[in-house]
Amino acid sequence: MKILVPVKRVIDYNVKPRVKADQSGVDLANVKMSMNPFDEIAVEEAIRLKEAGKADEIVVVSIGEQKAQETLRTGLAMGADRGILVVADAMPEPLAVAKILAKVVEEESPDLVILGKQAIDDDSNQVGQMLAALLDWPQGTFASKVEPADGKVNVTREVDGGLETLSLSTPAIITTDLRLNEPRYASLPNIMKAKKKPIDEKTPADYGVDTAARLEVLKVIEPPKREAGEIVPDVDTLVAKIKEKGFAA
Amino acid sequence: MSTLILADHDNKELAPATLVAVTAAAKLGGDVHVLVAGEGSQAVADAAAKIAGVAKVLHADDAAYGHALAENLAPLVEGLMGDYDYLLAPATSTGKNVLPRVAAKMDTQMISEIVAINDDGSFDRPTYAGNAISTVKSSDAKKVITVRGTAFDKADAEGGSASVEAVSGAGDSGKSSFVSAEIAESERPELTSAGIVVSGGRALQSGENFEKIIEPLADKLGAAVGASRAAVDAGYVPNDYQVGQTGKIVAPELYIAIGISGAIQHLAGMKDSKTIIAINKDEDAPIFSVADYGLVADLYKAVPELTEKL
Ligand SMILES: Cc1cc2nc3c(=O)[nH]c(=O)nc-3n(C[C@H](O)[C@H](O)[C@H](O)COP(=O)(O)OP(=O)(O)OC[C@H]3O[C@@H](n4cnc5c(N)ncnc54)[C@H](O)[C@@H]3O)c2cc1C
Ligand SMILES: Nc1ncnc2c1ncn2[C@@H]1O[C@H](COP(=O)(O)O)[C@@H](O)[C@H]1O
Repeated sequence: MKILVPVKRVIDYNVKPRVKADQSGVDLANVKMSMNPFDEIAVEEAIRLKEAGKADEIVVVSIGEQKAQETLRTGLAMGADRGILVVADAMPEPLAVAKILAKVVEEESPDLVILGKQAIDDDSNQVGQMLAALLDWPQGTFASKVEPADGKVNVTREVDGGLETLSLSTPAIITTDLRLNEPRYASLPNIMKAKKKPIDEKTPADYGVDTAARLEVLKVIEPPKREAGEIVPDVDTLVAKIKEKGFAA
Repeated sequence: MSTLILADHDNKELAPATLVAVTAAAKLGGDVHVLVAGEGSQAVADAAAKIAGVAKVLHADDAAYGHALAENLAPLVEGLMGDYDYLLAPATSTGKNVLPRVAAKMDTQMISEIVAINDDGSFDRPTYAGNAISTVKSSDAKKVITVRGTAFDKADAEGGSASVEAVSGAGDSGKSSFVSAEIAESERPELTSAGIVVSGGRALQSGENFEKIIEPLADKLGAAVGASRAAVDAGYVPNDYQVGQTGKIVAPELYIAIGISGAIQHLAGMKDSKTIIAINKDEDAPIFSVADYGLVADLYKAVPELTEKL
């Protein structure tokens, strides 16, 4: 079984994003960038399937600026076999990303594509579902358990009311949720080894995908700031405040 | 102009978040129709017909739609979209699962989790865990949008008298099937629509402590119980308790954060609450920067005392 894992280079989750003064976007100059955390979970899941003898090849793919190569190297150091970098000047929107990924899938014919459920920069939560639509494949989104078996894969999903398990025919799309696994850190020897693993470089044009934006971003602003309130000295004062506000009699 | 809303429901009851999408649709102007796709879901279609402002309910009742499988729902919705300019759904797990699949089939760049509709036809949506609000304008002919449940008021559940029209689609795609579900039944209010939420974090240390410390306070206040990611990951409470950027978005009248540090991912899910109370033993915890009332204390002493005195 072959697994494709799309990984996005995003602002590190520990960094507090700052909006640019000219309202054109979020300031990413000199900001720490990392692999989208949900994509680390996706890479980890693929590696575990390989370690369990259920998969034999893992290909990581990233769409973005040249530096997304670092993100691919992270995936390779974790244990993926090779990478594909699709260099695009501006970050394409989810639909265009899905269209490029659909072409990669056509070329690579994986049995599973495991994506993150959401990129923590755009918070779109779209690409996996869109890719599934373009390929006409089934989708197991927000996965907390993935069990492949014989032309099928069972996926347990985190849904609003709790958990739900679906059976999907393969090939299939899976998107990861936080409880699927805990991603490993790459060891130093594996980081060294990853430098020799192959990365193929492409452009959206190679795949014939138009990446023109459909959404015009008119402005990006900071949300209204919440004023910090007061520190109350004791429980009695807190009780008084709660009653004053009418939350308890 | 007209809008189709994909209703969220469990075949018995309409999810309240659907009413929020109706308000957003009304703001867009034009006719508002609601699609109820389910199995044995007549009661939901009837409820949808009573929502104030809804002109028509499309009802697709088929075993294929009983579990809201995206593979079956998306072609049904797409097939109906010829008559509409907008497709809306609440940003629930079903809406998030199904709408991008429809949007891609329509070759449309969907807009996720809008929080405002502007007069010039643009939309506001939070990005970067709510640290940036983007205003976007779509050039697509038809627009596909999910609506954040806390961003608009709920439409009146009563007062409408829409007609209900049966519709059908291709049914079962044969690509996916439902196996099982673990849906917790709770006497407490539902997290995303509760007026008061009491949330616990890693500091609770165990599921038993959630039961002993968080739940009695929640019960006293008639509140829903929420949690930080750390508390969910550690298995103290189920996944559907998680409040935050990648969990549930809540904006109750009162949010009480207990033993939660206030990471940006958690704040993203609760900082629009009307009043915020934080109880944390670390006076430098970031949660205090958004709290109206902060109590620097050991939760194991302070919370039982608070419950007792209320
Ligand atoms: C991709 C991604 C998505 C995420 N999504 C979410 C999300 O949706 N929601 C979310 O919540 N988090 C999310 N997180 C995690 C987030 O970054 C934090 O790790 C998490 O919120 C921390 O949970 P916590 O506050 O319970 O734990 P901690 O940060 O460990 O805080 C525990 C707090 O308890 C206090 N404390 C300890 N003992 C006591 C005591 N006896 N009495 C009083 N106070 C005490 C401490 O002072 C501390 O402030 C996400 C992270 C990533 C990477
Ligand atoms: N530029 C990209 N390159 C590679 N994968 C991506 C890219 N954008 C999104 N993805 C994948 O799609 C998932 C969901 O992203 P989104 O729909 O943008 O929130 C991510 O977790 C990635 O797995």
